[in-house]
Amino acid sequence: MKVLKATRIERCIGCHICSMTCARLVHGLLSWQDAGIRIKSAGGISTGFEAVNCLACKEPVCEKVCPTEAITRRKTGGIRINRQLCIGCTRCADACPVNAITLTGSGFPIVCIHCGLCTRFCPHGCLEMVDMAETDNRQPGEGFHG
Amino acid sequence: MEVNLTSGKATIVRVKGRDKAIGGSGLCAMLFEQRGFTNRPWDHADQPLIFAIGPLTGYFPLMSKTVCAFKSPYHDQYTESHAGGRSAISLRFSGLDAIVIKGRAKRPSLLVVGSRTVEIIDAHFLWGMDVIRSGRIIRHMVDRSHGHRSILRIGPAGENLSAMACINADTYRHFGRLGAGAVMGSKNLKAIAILGDSSLPLPKDQKPYRAVWKKVFQDVQKSGMMHKYHNLGTPANLMRLNELKSLPWRNLQATFDEEAERISGEAFANDHLLRNLACSGCPVGCIHVGFIREKFMEDHRYYYLQMAYDYEPIFAVGSMLGMKEPVSVLKLIEKTDRMGLDVISAGVALAWATEALERAVISTKETICKLSFGDVHCYLEAVEHLAKGKNNFYRLLGQGTMTAAEEYGGQDFACVLGQEMAGYATGELFFTAQSLGFRHSHLDTAAYSYEQKHGEKDLEKAIDFLLSDELPRCLLNSMVACLFSRKVYTKERLKECLSSLGYEELAENLDDLARHIRASRWRLRFQTGFDPENVSIPRRFFKVRSWKGPVDPDYLNRLKKAYGEELKKIALSKSD
Repeated sequence: MKVLKATRIERCIGCHICSMTCARLVHGLLSWQDAGIRIKSAGGISTGFEAVNCLACKEPVCEKVCPTEAITRRKTGGIRINRQLCIGCTRCADACPVNAITLTGSGFPIVCIHCGLCTRFCPHGCLEMVDMAETDNRQPGEGFHG
Repeated sequence: MEVNLTSGKATIVRVKGRDKAIGGSGLCAMLFEQRGFTNRPWDHADQPLIFAIGPLTGYFPLMSKTVCAFKSPYHDQYTESHAGGRSAISLRFSGLDAIVIKGRAKRPSLLVVGSRTVEIIDAHFLWGMDVIRSGRIIRHMVDRSHGHRSILRIGPAGENLSAMACINADTYRHFGRLGAGAVMGSKNLKAIAILGDSSLPLPKDQKPYRAVWKKVFQDVQKSGMMHKYHNLGTPANLMRLNELKSLPWRNLQATFDEEAERISGEAFANDHLLRNLACSGCPVGCIHVGFIREKFMEDHRYYYLQMAYDYEPIFAVGSMLGMKEPVSVLKLIEKTDRMGLDVISAGVALAWATEALERAVISTKETICKLSFGDVHCYLEAVEHLAKGKNNFYRLLGQGTMTAAEEYGGQDFACVLGQEMAGYATGELFFTAQSLGFRHSHLDTAAYSYEQKHGEKDLEKAIDFLLSDELPRCLLNSMVACLFSRKVYTKERLKECLSSLGYEELAENLDDLARHIRASRWRLRFQTGFDPENVSIPRRFFKVRSWKGPVDPDYLNRLKKAYGEELKKIALSKSD
């Protein structure tokens, strides 16, 4: 019932072990880009790092734009991509506002499946699995006392 | 990939010989043998500048270094310099095992390589620009693969062909020693951007690979390495060396100082450590980034600077220059980095210049500013003079401290062991090891560490140590591992790693391969002019008092002679 959150990304040292673990264990690849989580430097190494991964948003735009219904919502948060149904149109990747979906060389989209394997290898505990139920359920505009 | 800067073209070449050369160091030696010229000078356009990774790069933790090989402007002999940062993993994901750069660009240029990219871009507007600023501009010029690329560049020192010029790798790491930066300068090559923009398949049977990966990762966690490098990092050595009377102070006029604590690892970590960084693919994160904040206007206007610090830079522009304020040390590290100078060479050279000025061997006519131990302002100015070759004195000093000393005098107190000394005045064995070692550094063997534990003068045992310690390093440097992981990557573990990726033949022949690689490197070294008998150890080193007592001149001479003879035998050996 949990989703991956980079809750302590300010601790990140840019080792890319999370991405490479995801590529190795989930996608069977040696990669730091074809992975459900990717680490970008925000303006050179001097200014810190940012994790790019699926934020498990409540209204996934990738699902809406997928023309073949290859993308469905996971009950526990995030999305699932059915490889059999995906035609590699790349619209999901284009639509994601945080660039969480990456495309492999063959055009297949890769997105975080919220399995949490990467959290076990991060040396600084930047990543954790967070219960969606415990995340903020307020609607936009409600404010704290809404 | 072979890039010819003269023609502006590149070719992908499939080279046979993986089973002999492995990668990294071994591959560089093989490529230089095939593509380099032992009898032409270092700056001849046809000479190659080589960057190579190894079969394990990226596949296992701490396999995160790149080997750079070239004919050195320092001594015109074949050599190597290694760096981490993102270069190794970027090369891996560019799909290349090595880049060989030949020729000379017509104009100052930026080379961009990736899995589907080779571009040589006009960068004349970056010429003269420091390393930090040019890095920022190149990040915009190459507006892709953010976070998944490596940017190697030179500063004014490299452009001015200083033999102390380094290649800066991703701001905080360096191909530091023996002048690789000048080789780029001689090729009109300001920078290289390596895009790690592809992915690679894993072995068909992934189980063994995943199992070995996990074992290595656990070994790294168990080794204590995480704690050591997470904590103070290499500057933790400073107090220990000072206590052992082995920390060079003020041009090695002393090996101990009561106030060493002021520049200890703790002092830096407590007050100036901003954060840590890792080389890509390494969970250790040993890079310690320090910061300084400076007020430049009365109205509370500040700027801040960041720089990586380690034991060696703290020794070179700290204790060696009589500096006892961490802020001063960090300022000097930052300035030296910015100018594209190797910080160890620059610090040691300026220490000699300071003593030479004190002894009136030279005057301020040569040094321009009044160099004085502990005075950061004069050194900040001198670093710039050195990088830019402001006058004949600084131009000669930039070719090596001994080159300047031969012209002006003061050879006796030039702290040169093949090149400017590393920060270990531990005694006879280290002085021998650095003087004759392949890279003239503390990285060819752990002589500095052996000597901190062994006080006895056992020549045979000591030479055995030097010879036997070099072999596993040849293997690690061919994989290419960070040497911090040498306890994790035992021969058995390397075998497992290689087998899990399908390199059974390499795995089965590690002993022979280590000997072969060592011999090929030394053969090239001797062919390009190295002769142990021509290497002399300046008198200053014979006057050192370490924890073992005064240096024994006879033992030092005997060690040097014996090790030199062994190296000759290695170079002549028929390892093929």
